[in-house]
Amino acid sequence: MKVKVLSRNPDDYVRETKLDIQRVPRNYDPTLHPFEVAREYTRALNATKLERVFAKPFLASLDGHRDGVNCLAKHTRSLSTLLSGSCDGEVKVWNLSKRECVRTLQAHEGFVRGMVVRFCGTSFFTIGDDKTIKQWKMETPGYGEEEEPLHTILGKTVFTGLDHHQKEGVFATCGQQVDIWDEQRSSPIRSFTWGVDSFSSVSFNPVETDLLGSCASDRSIVLYDMRESAPLKKVIMTMRSNTLCWNPMEAYYFTCANEDYNLYTYDMRYLEKPLVVHMDHVSAVLDVDYSPTGQEFVSASFDKTIRIFPKDAGHSREVYHTKRMQHVICIKWSADSKYILSGSDEMNIRLWKANAAEKLGVLAPREREAANYSQKLKEKFQNHPQIRRIARHRHLPKSIYHQTKELRVMKDARRRKEMNVRKHSKPGAVPVVSEKEKHVVTVVK
Amino acid sequence: MSSRHKHHQTYTTKMASPDESTVSVSHVGKKKKAPSRYWQELQKEKDEAKDAGAGEGNKEPTTEEAEESNTPKQKKRKFKEKRDQNQDKKCISGKSDPFPGKARIPEDRLQKFKRKEKIKKPPHQHYKLRTMIARSEEASEMAQKQAARFDLLLPEEAGFLEGDEGEDTCLVSQEDIANAVDITSGAKHFHLKLSQFGPYRIDYSKTGRHLLIGGRKGHVACIDWQSKHLMCEINVMESVNDIKWLHSESMYAVAQKKWLYVYDSNGIELHCIRKFNDVLRMQFLPYHFLLATASSTSFLQYLDVSVGKEVVAINTKTGRLDVMCQNPQNAIIHLGHPNGTVTLWSPNQKEALVKMLCHQGAVRSLAVEKNGTYMVTSGMDKKLKVYDIRAFKPLKSYFLPAGASCLSLSQRGLLSAATGDIVQVYRDVWSTPVTKPYMAHRVRGTVWGLHFCPFEDVLGVGHQDGFTSMLVPGAGEPNFDALDANPFRSAKQRQEWEVKALLEKIQPELISLDPTELGHVDRATFEQKHEDRVKALGFDPLAKVKFIPKFKKKGRSSAGHVEKRKKQVAHEDQRDIIRKAMEDKRKTEEERKNKEQKKTLMLSQKSALDRFKK
Repeated sequence: MKVKVLSRNPDDYVRETKLDIQRVPRNYDPTLHPFEVAREYTRALNATKLERVFAKPFLASLDGHRDGVNCLAKHTRSLSTLLSGSCDGEVKVWNLSKRECVRTLQAHEGFVRGMVVRFCGTSFFTIGDDKTIKQWKMETPGYGEEEEPLHTILGKTVFTGLDHHQKEGVFATCGQQVDIWDEQRSSPIRSFTWGVDSFSSVSFNPVETDLLGSCASDRSIVLYDMRESAPLKKVIMTMRSNTLCWNPMEAYYFTCANEDYNLYTYDMRYLEKPLVVHMDHVSAVLDVDYSPTGQEFVSASFDKTIRIFPKDAGHSREVYHTKRMQHVICIKWSADSKYILSGSDEMNIRLWKANAAEKLGVLAPREREAANYSQKLKEKFQNHPQIRRIARHRHLPKSIYHQTKELRVMKDARRRKEMNVRKHSKPGAVPVVSEKEKHVVTVVK
Repeated sequence: MSSRHKHHQTYTTKMASPDESTVSVSHVGKKKKAPSRYWQELQKEKDEAKDAGAGEGNKEPTTEEAEESNTPKQKKRKFKEKRDQNQDKKCISGKSDPFPGKARIPEDRLQKFKRKEKIKKPPHQHYKLRTMIARSEEASEMAQKQAARFDLLLPEEAGFLEGDEGEDTCLVSQEDIANAVDITSGAKHFHLKLSQFGPYRIDYSKTGRHLLIGGRKGHVACIDWQSKHLMCEINVMESVNDIKWLHSESMYAVAQKKWLYVYDSNGIELHCIRKFNDVLRMQFLPYHFLLATASSTSFLQYLDVSVGKEVVAINTKTGRLDVMCQNPQNAIIHLGHPNGTVTLWSPNQKEALVKMLCHQGAVRSLAVEKNGTYMVTSGMDKKLKVYDIRAFKPLKSYFLPAGASCLSLSQRGLLSAATGDIVQVYRDVWSTPVTKPYMAHRVRGTVWGLHFCPFEDVLGVGHQDGFTSMLVPGAGEPNFDALDANPFRSAKQRQEWEVKALLEKIQPELISLDPTELGHVDRATFEQKHEDRVKALGFDPLAKVKFIPKFKKKGRSSAGHVEKRKKQVAHEDQRDIIRKAMEDKRKTEEERKNKEQKKTLMLSQKSALDRFKK
């Protein structure tokens, strides 16, 4: 007779001393783990609920401006530095980790219209309503020294937008025309016009660095190549675009914030129709900025909310609002992809988390692992009705909630009417126009 | 196949190339230059030929690809090539890895961790969906491989009992086994002589550490049976029908003469649940925290033990329910009835999910295998039957002269059946026709409770004369998962496990015949969804509003006018459909005509070959 009976030595399964961690032998045999799917579903449901519980995106409010914040600029080299310009011509430099203002300077008379930090991070440019471009040192002047700009260029007309080249000492401004300036010269090296009287913003492509795009007041978006003397092409839309932002990872895509409450993502090679129409705002969209990963962007709107959109989704994944925040004029996504900064009408700059439920600070390895696991579970079960309902739920201010409803009713009515017209007219006389095509008037080359 | 071939070949050439370079251009010195051999020439030629054959197959070969060569021929050649390389290497830089690449994983082990088949790709898939599916499949394959590799590291191996030549294992006595094995294992065979309050029902806790026995005449005791430490012992002064551990060893339920009671491990009565009366049998669903009870009044009731609420009470209308078991894979309750049927129940449905006629007499006992594949039943007709409960088909039928009163299945698929006072253990009842038992043991008195201890080679038998713990080598799962059920857990670990388990308690609504149903795509049709919506809302949101003509003045709202106006919009949708159908008909007709015309045209043209026509 040969016999063997299971006999476990407790020494192999129990820790030796109290100072050890407990032994946890695993066996991944699926038959020992029944109800896999149901248990994972329950975990996902719990994770989704906890996410909503911990969703506290608002971090800090930076106050000190004496008028509405009109523009923001990220420092190109330092994560903790932020520059802001207000409607009374004041520029403030903020230390975000200490959440305090480190420097204030009266840059312009009237609005500070635009601001950009040079790629090296040693100086920054501002433009204002007083028709001047000023270059400032990033360093605070020493004791007893005057706040003096390094250079001042007096332009002929008011400037409305400003952006700097990624690698060279060249920057672009816009106003009545788009000008390309060399930092060493006091007159533009090139000026672009295309039958338009004014532009609202200009932006350099971060990858193909000689390309730039601008939004004009004749409802068009114009693309330029800095090396050529004439603009490349433009697309005319039904309403005016306020700003545009290039996708930093796939730099042939850009997103523009439009007056018709929508954002449009275009492929610069095919301007005939946008790739995605991003809807959800209930008032004009004023500013947009991409996350450095290029997967998401954030938009600021006149309806007093900030929304975060995935780059290829038609609707936002997140909406931020507070009782006190008024029309949001400018928005930036921080370079570490973790924070969002918004400047609004009521003179405050607000610091938000990009992921509302994310835990800040250093995570222990197990904590990090658990977070990753629950994230994966949430993704896996995101389309189950109960989980989706919880994950999607957001509280909105009453006015926005009602306005959304109203807009939906209006849209339905319009669609119904169009359907009726189509029904009662000659077949083919009223063609079906998709939402994407609806907003593009024409493309000019 | 062919592409793998290519990769494989490029792989070998790549492996060979550095050796050759060191052979031809040695950095040490000219005198160390090895004389060229005839086979080097040959190999070079071979490699060149291979390169030509490989073409553009210059993708980076992975070790995975190297390890997956299926046909024996290929394997042989690969081995040969590898040996060649090794020889090459040996003569230049000494020892090399004799087993390059990752270790092979046996196919059966991979199969063990396989969750489901690969999705068949439809021809036109959106590119986003395609990449998503590809990625998830890659991840699951990786997980499968990792788990299969980890299997190698499991510390314990299952027990076994083999007779010498001509020796029958069923004749080996328990004493012999207990003497042959080590002392701790030998101590697992013991007998508790409790002749006063018998017969006994028994239950082991989920970790297998704790034993609960309940005598018919009111004696209840819980024991840490390995250390033989008595946790509590009470007499409830009432007849006891059944006992069951709840989720942990701190609480257990006792079905007494009238009501259901819950006691803690010190024997203190925690609850008397008056909603549950005349309970005969109980089952605890550990992942749902549900206690299912079957009563003599033919009620099947579910108690949620985490919140203490009755989930549902189902009147089965089938008489006294004293045969019950659960399917551990999908938490479905199986009930056996006096008319020979077995019914399957979930808390979500007032009727039985399945009714199957299993025996000609009454059903005496039931057991379901751990994987939920097989069900074993025994009846008054003295038969023991094995069913495949995925297909609800009988597989095997055995005749037991005395009939089995109690059945129990172990984690590794051993079946124990009690016939009178003899406990028999069978092996592989579903795969091969069994003629004689694997083991047998006679106890002192009729068996009333039978239970395999989880994670141990032990079978507990409760009978008229007390309790007997039998050694059954090969019964228990050798390797436990400590996050699920850890026999060696400390109090702190148990507390943590309890919190985790409660957090991921599965809702009773999720119990269904197919436990993976939640992971399937819901292909409800529009009509079904609409029906649900109507049910939820209480009205039909898409229903057409009845057309009421506007009131008009100057006699234009006379009955005749109104009727006329109504007629204008009557059956509008139907008219649309008819119009469309007519249009389609017209088009097909036109096409047909066109085709005919063409045909006649073709026919009218004379061909040069027409002259050969007869």
